[in-house]
Amino acid sequence: MTLAFSVTPDAPAERVTPVVELENLVVDYVTRTRTIRAVDGVSLSIGAGEIVGLAGESGCGKSTLGNAVMQILRPPAQITSGRVLFGGENVVERRREELRKFRWRNVSMVFQSAMNALNPVMRTGDQFVDMIRAHERVSKHDALERAGDLLELVGIDRRRLRAYPHELSGGMRQRVVIAMALALRPELVIMDEPTTALDVVVQREILQQIRELQTELGFAVLFITHDLSLLLELAHRVAIMYAGEIIEEAPAARLRDEPRHPYTVGLLGSFPPLHGPVERLTGIPGAPPDLAAPPSGCRFHPRCPHCTRDDQALYARQIGERPLLRVIADEHRVACHRVTA
Amino acid sequence: MTAILEVRGLSRQFRSGGLLRPSRLHAVDDVTFALRPGRITALAGESGSGKSTVARLLLRLLTPSSGEVLFAGRNVARDRRRRDVLRYRKHVQMIFQDPFGSLNPAKTVRAHLERPLRIHGIAGRRDAKARVDTLLETVGLVPVASIADKYPHELSGGQRQRVAIARALAANPKVVIADEPISMLDVSIRIGILNLMRDLKELEIAFLYVTHDLASARYVADDILVMYAGQIVEQGPVDEVLANPLHPYTRLLIASVPDGERNLEPIEIRKGTAAAAVDPAPGCRFVDRCPLAIAVCRQTTPELVEAEPGRIARCHVTAPRQREDVHAQPAA
Ligand SMILES: Nc1ncnc2c1ncn2[C@@H]1O[C@H](COP(=O)(O)OP(=O)(O)OP(=O)(O)O)[C@@H](O)[C@H]1O
Ligand SMILES: Nc1ncnc2c1ncn2[C@@H]1O[C@H](COP(=O)(O)OP(=O)(O)O)[C@@H](O)[C@H]1O
Ligand code: SF4
Ligand code: SF4
Ligand SMILES: [Mg+2]
Ligand SMILES: [Mg+2]
Repeated sequence: MTLAFSVTPDAPAERVTPVVELENLVVDYVTRTRTIRAVDGVSLSIGAGEIVGLAGESGCGKSTLGNAVMQILRPPAQITSGRVLFGGENVVERRREELRKFRWRNVSMVFQSAMNALNPVMRTGDQFVDMIRAHERVSKHDALERAGDLLELVGIDRRRLRAYPHELSGGMRQRVVIAMALALRPELVIMDEPTTALDVVVQREILQQIRELQTELGFAVLFITHDLSLLLELAHRVAIMYAGEIIEEAPAARLRDEPRHPYTVGLLGSFPPLHGPVERLTGIPGAPPDLAAPPSGCRFHPRCPHCTRDDQALYARQIGERPLLRVIADEHRVACHRVTA
Repeated sequence: MTAILEVRGLSRQFRSGGLLRPSRLHAVDDVTFALRPGRITALAGESGSGKSTVARLLLRLLTPSSGEVLFAGRNVARDRRRRDVLRYRKHVQMIFQDPFGSLNPAKTVRAHLERPLRIHGIAGRRDAKARVDTLLETVGLVPVASIADKYPHELSGGQRQRVAIARALAANPKVVIADEPISMLDVSIRIGILNLMRDLKELEIAFLYVTHDLASARYVADDILVMYAGQIVEQGPVDEVLANPLHPYTRLLIASVPDGERNLEPIEIRKGTAAAAVDPAPGCRFVDRCPLAIAVCRQTTPELVEAEPGRIARCHVTAPRQREDVHAQPAA
């Protein structure tokens, strides 16, 4: 089979109505000994039919943010403050029963490990049927029919409805999970490192398929990964997260060509190129901080090449004052004391 | 430069399938290559293609089903005596993927590095301290004094991997094999480890860098070996192979890598089971996924052929057999 699609969406027309808006979201992991602020004051909106990428290093809070949007945080995690607005309505205050309906129907999620998302002792078809019938009054036969259509949508023979998860390859399992996430036609699909465990060719196949489906069906995507070069190809807009905060956000091409935050610059310079001259790269000195005790002021300052004492006034702000995410150009936001429009 | 480690026709099979229908998995099949001092050779390929099995065969953690591993001209593949294996291992060291699992949580950095010095009789108690300090400096763990007495949990992932590298270097090895040494590290600190590998070339070590990440292979390595379903399908200088790949699988692999530039331009990906090395039938193992396949591809297994000087591939179409295949000639 050949995968091909013609549309390469630059960005959805104009600034569309947001599907979801995060307002000053704060998520903590509260244990007896300490509190980890994994998401610290994040504001982000995702428009209908838009692919928004969220990139950052391990432990910076990406999954916590995704889980908060999906409303599947479990203790010790808690939303300490802020709002998650779906169609203008705050879902943080919703009751359990309401949330159960909200999940899958309005927003669904694809995790890194498909194996964890699937029941190993149940045929894939039955898993679709259970999920669909938990939300809609349809006959088993009709649900199975729809499951078959969904499998074909992601390029899997519908006869595989009879297969158990272990009988499928890793790439096929991940596609089954994507098909399941699309079953109730949600407006938003959150994908948390959905291809990280897969080989690059399989990853490519799945990314092309996600893009194809998204163009066809029009759902919005929040795509979470540590692989920035992947996002630059897939996403319309990219947000960079560091130590619980979004520190830069811009349309993908702009972020690639005109990154402004020193961390984004460092991250882009951490991927050796596949083409062109091989120059010695520097990466970023130091290591990501421990969120139980984040650095003061700008959280990136201990690793930032621009944090010198040359300018005393600036230095005082870098170590003492948290930079806010500010608009510096159309659709481009940066949180850095040195960056102005 | 002459090779320090030469691998000839290396193969390893595993039993698979059940008792009723036993089959053989050709995890590594007729692999031939050479490692030279001061050069980094990348071993790339998809999951299950046999990379780690090659690494374990070279380390003598596994015994080959057939083939030779020549270290400084002597075949070590059939060594049975512990003493021989130990002597060989002094020269051939390993760096693992997981910098957490490969260190002992109860031992300090210094203890980790002193152990190989003692086992291989390299330094007495007095010299050991100085040698450890030098090693730490070599791998960029400075200030040495503050690192040496720390325990693994007090170090970051990147620092732990540096300790693992220092430990591998402790016995002055001739060959170092690193199996996916950066894949578990944070993106921003991977480059530091890659830079270290580049710098270590000065020590005249022959490096085998096992990876599935082509961009990092291009960054550190001189040569590349591409594996598919247990076989090497292409080898050559890394920049040439990646700029102008011969084998259709190498081409697919390169086209699949996101590089942040191409905006997911669709590429053709054919279905087919990867790594079909269970009881392989004659013919090319890539045939079901190959856009260039011709009739002969299903009938005869392609040999490795030098299609251009230094450029070797296993493909009837892009590297057709002309005079003799490369393995008919003795390795240089
Ligand atoms: N001890 C063993 N017994 C049976 N099969 C094995 C054994 N070791 C490896 N294999 C099989 O040999 C093949 C090659 O495995 P190997 O670990 O070398 O792959 P790899 O290229 O390193 O993959 P990855 O990129 O996932 O690390 C696989 O099919 C694997 O399942
Ligand atoms: N269940 C948990 N209990 C305590 N801390 C947690 C838990 N899950 C995640 N964290 C912490 O929250 C921070 C963000 O984690 P996560 O959202 O998983 O990051 P990412 O997805 O970016 O790798 C990390 O410091 C992590 O250690
Ligand atoms: S605020 Fe200062 S320390 Fe922080 S990223 Fe900007 S320049 Fe660097
Ligand atoms: S030998 Fe034939 S099937 Fe195999 S890679 Fe070459 S053209 Fe394709
Ligand atoms: Mg995560
Ligand atoms: Mg491996």
